[in-house]
Amino acid sequence: MSPDKKMMVSMYETMNRIRLFETKLQEFFAAGRIPGFVHLYLGEEAVATGACAGLTNQDKITSTHRGHGHLLAKGGDLKLMMAEIFGRKDGYCKGKGGSMHIADFDLGILGANGIVGGGGPLALGAALANKYEKTDAVVICFFGDGASNQGTTQESLNMASAWKLPLVFVNENNGYGISCPQCKSMAVTDIADRAAAYDMPGVVVDGNDVLAVHEAVSEAVKRARKGEGPSLVECKTYRWRGHFEGDACTYRCDEELKEWMAKDPIPRFEEKLVESGVLKKKDLKEIKARIEKEVGEAVEFAEQSPLPEASALMDDVYA
Amino acid sequence: MSKKTYLQALNEALRQEMERDEKVFIIGEDVGQFGGCFGVTQGLFDTFGEGRVMDTPITESAIVGTAAGAAASGLRPVAELMFVDFIGVSMDQLFNQAAKMRFMFGGKATVPMTLRMPQGAGIGAAAQHSQSLEAWFMHVPGLKVAIPSTPYDAKGMLISAIRDENPVVFLEHKLLYGVDGDVPDESYTVELGKADIKREGTDVTIVATSLMVHTALAAAEKLQADGISAEVVDPRCLQPLDKETILGSVKKTNALVVAHEAVGFAGPGAEIAAMVAEEALDYLDAPIKRVAAPFCPVPFSPPLEQAYIPNEDDIVAAVKSIR
Ligand SMILES: Cc1ncc(C[n+]2csc(CCOP(=O)(O)OP(=O)(O)O)c2C)c(N)n1
Ligand SMILES: [Mg+2]
Repeated sequence: MSPDKKMMVSMYETMNRIRLFETKLQEFFAAGRIPGFVHLYLGEEAVATGACAGLTNQDKITSTHRGHGHLLAKGGDLKLMMAEIFGRKDGYCKGKGGSMHIADFDLGILGANGIVGGGGPLALGAALANKYEKTDAVVICFFGDGASNQGTTQESLNMASAWKLPLVFVNENNGYGISCPQCKSMAVTDIADRAAAYDMPGVVVDGNDVLAVHEAVSEAVKRARKGEGPSLVECKTYRWRGHFEGDACTYRCDEELKEWMAKDPIPRFEEKLVESGVLKKKDLKEIKARIEKEVGEAVEFAEQSPLPEASALMDDVYA
Repeated sequence: MSKKTYLQALNEALRQEMERDEKVFIIGEDVGQFGGCFGVTQGLFDTFGEGRVMDTPITESAIVGTAAGAAASGLRPVAELMFVDFIGVSMDQLFNQAAKMRFMFGGKATVPMTLRMPQGAGIGAAAQHSQSLEAWFMHVPGLKVAIPSTPYDAKGMLISAIRDENPVVFLEHKLLYGVDGDVPDESYTVELGKADIKREGTDVTIVATSLMVHTALAAAEKLQADGISAEVVDPRCLQPLDKETILGSVKKTNALVVAHEAVGFAGPGAEIAAMVAEEALDYLDAPIKRVAAPFCPVPFSPPLEQAYIPNEDDIVAAVKSIR
């Protein structure tokens, strides 16, 4: 199913939003202005963008520690995200969560997650709720190559399949879990092969090709909506930055990084957009400039938001 | 003897034990060439190779279970979880398997494993990377719980933990890694279950653990200026707990404050306070006070996190409320 022109433009905007947002965070982190940990999504923009395009607010996602891209692709508000990452009172979670714990339940974002493999079982529950309430909404569970080895992930794949839940497992295979290359943490080359063990479709796509990701995931979403059960889509990609900002990245070589940077998903998509006449070169520039401005406004919003007051500490422990 | 950081002391303990005993090996995520999430295993991969410093997949349940099974099979694993918070993923292997094997099997099994885990708040790591969970472990018969506060104790206790015939949960505080102190170059042990009086005093006993020992020592200085002499007792181990040293101190000072970073409710301080109330109530001339984290998850934003972590003024105030 190829996306229409409007969706293509929106996908292009989303990819740039993620790119520029993360680039800003990289700068701010280096300048010591962001507390805690930040895991950037630079280089992987096509995965979240392709997967979330076409979803509604009833459709839900579970995210990971590397969640900014997922949240933005699902419609997350730049200002509220930026403020949260800065630890400010007006952030998505009142400054209590930070980069690894952002959620927007109205948009179907069930939260980034600090626990690798923590999202799978939650996605099961959300998918079960859809089935229970007889809606046709679906859930996407994003998880990394590293996360694919957690028991929780494998349990989720099994149960989703056994119960035919409306769930799509989108694996972001960027080749590493922190310093551990995929070849040292599993014997299979394709994580999608594991789908066979649970009798669900498993496909591999080029995770730096937003249209390929979109096609594969929307096929799986269609299946899930029809009540035919879960699928696993493995997107091969690469993270440009270290595992977290500040990681010296001694475990991988510059050539590998260069190779992958040459497969930058944004120019690749631009080529297609221009070739197919969806956008002109000057449109691309305009879009980038507009998003740059959006990101700038988000920074301003975050900077102007006050830090939370200590008196808020005990709020929201219980409902 | 030379100055070493807490982190270097731990690293040296691992190295010396691995040199001494071929059965000792390290298992965990990114513990190899990468040197561990906080750098504790740095350099060990180069010396001992991947056969003894093993990087695992991200699979905490399997890490703890592999350590337990290997220990029950004659090896001496030292497993590392990157953050204590991840024990949730593997709790069964620790508390139903490792901890109970010996008892359930009528004494047939020995499980000499060490499980190292950093804990504590203070680096903006938020709710799932900042907890202090020692109370979970001290509640489980079969586990020992070591929680060293100084480089000297860290090295000696880690060596003891590795040589111990039981599963030892070894809790390090992230903010202690950079703290330095005098540490002998040679191998030595610090007995698990032996408290240490970190500062002598006569007016009040402050029992503190981990990073809070340093906070308590700073508080004791302030109190001294106000004419109150505080004794700071570091249990160093919560299971077994050195009741004798704590009771001895309380009998001398007649007042007790317990300070820890774990949540106060049902925290380690509850056990210590109950023990003192049961065994030395007559010696107390004031109520027991606890200084601990509030009953909420660890927040992200720095001002909230700072409000969450007990500080020296909290300890000073607790002492002054009874002295
Ligand atoms: C249960 C658990 N174990 C370990 C970690 C530490 N950790 C955070 S991210 C990460 C690597 C995750 O790798 P992957 O799933 O491939 O995602 P990527 O970082 O590559 O996006 C690890 C080990 C964690 N947060 N939670
Ligand atoms: Mg990965």
